[in-house]
Amino acid sequence: MDFNEAVQVLRRIPIFSKLDPAKLKLLAFASDYLTYDDGEVLFKEGDPPDSAYIVDEGEVIICAGGDDEACDVVVGTLGRHDLFGEMAIFRNAPRVATIRARGPVSVMRIDGDMFIRLVTENPDTALGVMRMLSDKIARTTERFELVEEKVRSMQSVADSAHPCAPARIEKP
Amino acid sequence: MEPSLFRYIFRYSRPQQILLLVLTAASFPFLYMTLELPKIIINKAIAGTDFPRILFGFTFGQVEYLLLLCFAFLGLVLVNGGFKYWINVFKGQLGERMLRRLRYQLYSRVLRFPLPQFRRVSQGEIIAMITTEGEPLGGFFGDAFAWPAFQGGTLLTILTFMFVQDWILGLAAIALYPIQIYVIPKLQRRVNALAKERVRTVRKLSERIGESVTGIQEIHANDTSELERADFANRVGRIYDIRYKIYRLKFFIKFLNNFLAQLTPFFFYAIGGYLVIAGDLTFGALVAILAAYKDLSGPWKELLRYYQMKEDARIKYEQLVEQFQPAGILDEELQTEEPEDIPDLEGTVIATNLVLEEEGGIKVVDGATFSFDARERTAILGASGAGRSALARILARLLLPTGGTIRIGGHNLLALPQSVTGRRIAYVDENAFLFAGTVLDNLFYGLKHRPLRAAELIEEEAKKVRSRYVSEARASGNTTSDFNADWVDYESAGVSNPEELRERVIEVLRIVEFDDAIYRMGLQSTSDPVARPDLAGRILEAREVLHKRLNADENLSKLVEPFEGDRYNENLSVAENLLFGTPIGDAFDLDRLGENAYVLEVLEKVGLTQGILETGASLAGIMVELFQDLPADHEYFERFSFISADEIPEFQHVVRRTESTGLDGLEQAERSMLMSLPFKLIPARHRLGLIDDDLRHGLLEARKVFAADLPPGLRPSVAFFDRSEYNAAAPVQDNILFGRLVYGRQQSEQMVGALISEVVDSLDLRRSILDLGLNASVGIGGGRLTVGQRQRLALARCLLKRPDILVVNGGLSALAPATQTSIMKGVFDELAGRGVIWVLNRADQARFFDRALIMEGGRIRENGRVSELDQPGGVLERMAAAE
Repeated sequence: MDFNEAVQVLRRIPIFSKLDPAKLKLLAFASDYLTYDDGEVLFKEGDPPDSAYIVDEGEVIICAGGDDEACDVVVGTLGRHDLFGEMAIFRNAPRVATIRARGPVSVMRIDGDMFIRLVTENPDTALGVMRMLSDKIARTTERFELVEEKVRSMQSVADSAHPCAPARIEKP
Repeated sequence: MEPSLFRYIFRYSRPQQILLLVLTAASFPFLYMTLELPKIIINKAIAGTDFPRILFGFTFGQVEYLLLLCFAFLGLVLVNGGFKYWINVFKGQLGERMLRRLRYQLYSRVLRFPLPQFRRVSQGEIIAMITTEGEPLGGFFGDAFAWPAFQGGTLLTILTFMFVQDWILGLAAIALYPIQIYVIPKLQRRVNALAKERVRTVRKLSERIGESVTGIQEIHANDTSELERADFANRVGRIYDIRYKIYRLKFFIKFLNNFLAQLTPFFFYAIGGYLVIAGDLTFGALVAILAAYKDLSGPWKELLRYYQMKEDARIKYEQLVEQFQPAGILDEELQTEEPEDIPDLEGTVIATNLVLEEEGGIKVVDGATFSFDARERTAILGASGAGRSALARILARLLLPTGGTIRIGGHNLLALPQSVTGRRIAYVDENAFLFAGTVLDNLFYGLKHRPLRAAELIEEEAKKVRSRYVSEARASGNTTSDFNADWVDYESAGVSNPEELRERVIEVLRIVEFDDAIYRMGLQSTSDPVARPDLAGRILEAREVLHKRLNADENLSKLVEPFEGDRYNENLSVAENLLFGTPIGDAFDLDRLGENAYVLEVLEKVGLTQGILETGASLAGIMVELFQDLPADHEYFERFSFISADEIPEFQHVVRRTESTGLDGLEQAERSMLMSLPFKLIPARHRLGLIDDDLRHGLLEARKVFAADLPPGLRPSVAFFDRSEYNAAAPVQDNILFGRLVYGRQQSEQMVGALISEVVDSLDLRRSILDLGLNASVGIGGGRLTVGQRQRLALARCLLKRPDILVVNGGLSALAPATQTSIMKGVFDELAGRGVIWVLNRADQARFFDRALIMEGGRIRENGRVSELDQPGGVLERMAAAE
């Protein structure tokens, strides 16, 4: 990915869409372009949050648990032009999951300080961040409701099947 | 030291001063004759009548007689000049020797100052005192006796001449001397008081300068530069005032003296004129006396100048010496005495009622009484300020307690010479200090007590130089120990030769876990292929092995882009690609290659000027766009920009001009601004897409032409990358790698580092690389190493001398606790059966020790076996819990 492509990629990321083009270019210029082979770790659970990443080519998996060699549970996968690692920067807390390459991967790494600075200096971008966070919450809530729905239907099945079923799950 | 200047001079230079006096006295008859001869020439040869004369059996006519006397006069002038020359040479030599002696004595005294003294007197003051304040004394030492004797003698000679002519006029000539002798010292006393103050103020000034240098970080951090400037201005202002006053007084004294001196001719004209008129004095005699008086005023003035100089020197000396006699200065014998057998320090350490009182009566150690076996591992614990550090220093005999006694075995620790304590006790401080030099120099520092094996002098000339040095050193009371001799005491390191010592060094470094760092320092060092052709050859071998390994493994080969003469290297900058070598010296500074005349010539030759210029213009456009809106002090300029913040406006201008008039319309200066930009581009890193294939080919062509046409004068300025040649200008690691790590691979450094390490081991190169690391410089005060590294090295230095007792005073404090513990255990193994006294910051580390001394408020609160103190609910547990 050369510089101009990187600028295009960044522009497509919702939180950067409102960013001034010169700033966007500066961000692209100051970012690193890293490549990883299959199975290589980008960062580990517990690492300090020093940067955010955007996938250029290939796929990475989000791991929970596991060791240096493999992971226990694959929580999700991220693909081309997905942004990740930014939540830990916002929270300024250690990484909550391990990210590992699946197949050859190339990513763009954005310096954490620069990321925060760009986002906070620019009100439009800050709005973009809020929007992104709201989207994430909305998506999470949706998924939660879906799960709850499933549990409820399973419970009603269980209720009718067994009189001594456990108490219903309360809505939070 | 002698309290008065003259006593000092007399004590150390009596024979020489007497010689000078004799020489001076011997010169006077000749001086008298040079005064006498002209008179004879005029009266007897020119105006004489009774010729021919018979002298020494020869007959002389008037002209011959005149010539004889004139040649005699010429001879006397030569003799007089000769006397002056030799007297001056002797004086100079005497002065320089005395100055050398004085400086040596002052420095020796500094080495014997008790440690607390260094809190009272600053480094800057000491340096100023030994270097600049001593200097003017050197000039005086030679003049102290000879100058007044010479000038006084001259004065007497001339006076005698005058009295012989006419005693009344002789008296008249000296009539005012008593007044001068009375008045001038009175005025001089005021000058002296000011001179004293000047010395003190200048000293304070050097102290302040020294402080500013040490505290420069605070000055920047607190924006106090104006405060410091004001302070400095205040001080130099004070010095100005004093000096101005001194000048005024000095010149007033001069004026007064001149006036009094001119009063005398007044008497001559008045009284002498009267006598001539009255017929009691011949006119010729008056003229001769007036002429003689003119000669008289010269030496008289010189005597006055001498008097002022003497007073000045006296004050300087007294002020100087006063500073070098602090209370509690160590006895000289403690440093010089060296018993035939250095006794081992073993047995029981018994301290009785130790007190260390600081200025102001604060008792840092207050009645500490304790005992333990010198071979135990003893931990000293306590809160900061409890006196643990002072106690450790007392046990290492660095501080002498103000009260109490310590005995180790049968020895009174306080009376042992440093030749025992400095060899049998080792001490590491938290602020471990390293001297400028190599790692090895610093490790051997603890083994260099006396010159043990004289340096071998093969050439006759070198031997002569050495013997001259020794006799001069003796003449100045300096030590004759040869600094260039081999001082390393192999025996005390437990080895018998340099090779074994090197093995031992590696062992010791391993204990302090510093061998890997030394290996890495070795990799970063250069090696001289002329001095070590074998090593260069083996490194080249390593290069081949490494590249074979890289080629064999697809994953590894992705991490390194090798240097290949006919390929453009994407991970090198344009400048490096063009030069394709390591610059030596400044001729081809990589940062300014675009301005280099020869480089520009090469670009022109291969027709690349336009291409680079266009690239420069595009790059300038990008840089201006990216960075123009950032504030000038933004860190990204430093980190990412090709142009600095203050260049932005100029480049904005050039970019606009390029847009409107095109590249051809640019002025020469603007063109060269653009030309210099692309040289910093690294395609793999910057990915701006500015380096296209045409440019790559052009640069490869330029690379060839650059090397082929390089004028012989520039040949030594670059070491080209050549697969089969060792590059003397590049570090060992670069020589092995012979390529560049690719950008964008997070693990590359680690993986390639591991690979290099494997290759190094497979070729048995590690030892040689460690040696290079051992010979790397640590910088001034060890500044190139981190605090932790300095501490490790200082501990290693202690281990190397195999002490009976090792005292560690927070000596690993900069390291992580786990590392501390692991090194601690290594030290215990190494020193099994010897004593270790360790001031601990953490109570939980006490469990590795046999005994714990717990201090509180300068007193010993607990002294017991750790196994007893470390009980549940015990004192150690409580202390650990409080941390």
